[in-house]
Amino acid sequence: MLHSKEFVRILKSAGYDFFTGVPCSLISDVILSLEKDPSVPYIPAVREDVAVGLAAGAYLGGKTPCILMQNSGLGQCLGALASLNLIYRIPCLLIITWRGHDGRDAPEHEVMGKALPRLLDSVRLPYKRLTHKNAHKAVGWTRQVISQEKVPAALFITKGVLK
Amino acid sequence: MNITQAIKIIMRHLGDELLITANGRISREAFAINDRTENFYMLGSMGLASAIALGIAVNRPERKVVILDGDGNLLMSMGILAQIARLSPKNLVHIVLDNEVYNSTGNQPTISAQVSLEDIAKSSGYTKVAKVTARGTLETTLKKCLNARGPSFILAKIKPDNMPKGLGRVTHTPIEIKERFMSGINGEKRD
Repeated sequence: MLHSKEFVRILKSAGYDFFTGVPCSLISDVILSLEKDPSVPYIPAVREDVAVGLAAGAYLGGKTPCILMQNSGLGQCLGALASLNLIYRIPCLLIITWRGHDGRDAPEHEVMGKALPRLLDSVRLPYKRLTHKNAHKAVGWTRQVISQEKVPAALFITKGVLK
Repeated sequence: MNITQAIKIIMRHLGDELLITANGRISREAFAINDRTENFYMLGSMGLASAIALGIAVNRPERKVVILDGDGNLLMSMGILAQIARLSPKNLVHIVLDNEVYNSTGNQPTISAQVSLEDIAKSSGYTKVAKVTARGTLETTLKKCLNARGPSFILAKIKPDNMPKGLGRVTHTPIEIKERFMSGINGEKRD
């Protein structure tokens, strides 16, 4: 397993310097670690689309933002990603927990769990799945997408990857 | 006052403030009245002009940031009032042009006639909150808020009218809007 603190360290060393989002239990230690970290801000957002707006403003202001959310929250912010980030080319890293990916989760995760990759495909948002082995490479890839294509890049996190 | 008059008054008082405008008529009017380097026209993502402005304000504390919001936009994302008040950026002025209708889509009513938006802003924790109905008070209140420690909230009650037929869309592409605005944040001027 990948330690949450180590994951935060990888994100920071890749240049992410503004964090916001809405929690999921799968990333609770990542958020805890960010909240304790005096070197970067973590702003708890009231909703995922507000997090997208905040991150867009941070980018305009010179930051490289990262948003953390559960896949249920992608439904809240897909419109904002489409009609803000993708048309203006305002990038960010989206760390999305993939609840319901194997069909064995709470009922509220069933539909979004199945649809997640196709939802991002449908608006042409690039994504990769984070594993305990590929963190450096996957985070590095997101930085490349962000600086070259200037679109959001997503990392999916399933249960058991982070500790 | 109508919305065009209100936006003209507001833009007359802006110097190098960064201006984030809500989608629809508000962005179109701002573009037609004074297309500044420091204007960010939000074309889509309804409800989020205030969130974008907040993201800028907390990261660029040396710049004053003004939001030109609408009642429909604010009602759509009302959690933003708590979000702004919690972070409390002193360089933020949140102006809501409240005509009680979705103007850009044909004047369908919002619910702001029955909701006291200024009270919600106040109890959320904005430093300064004002409700104005006349042009003169909008002007004096805005001047005060631009010089005061924020975040401040101005609810400007607007007489609804139809969107003028000749009012065009913003002609810059979204990427042009972004790039010019970012140069504006860094103190450059562009056409």
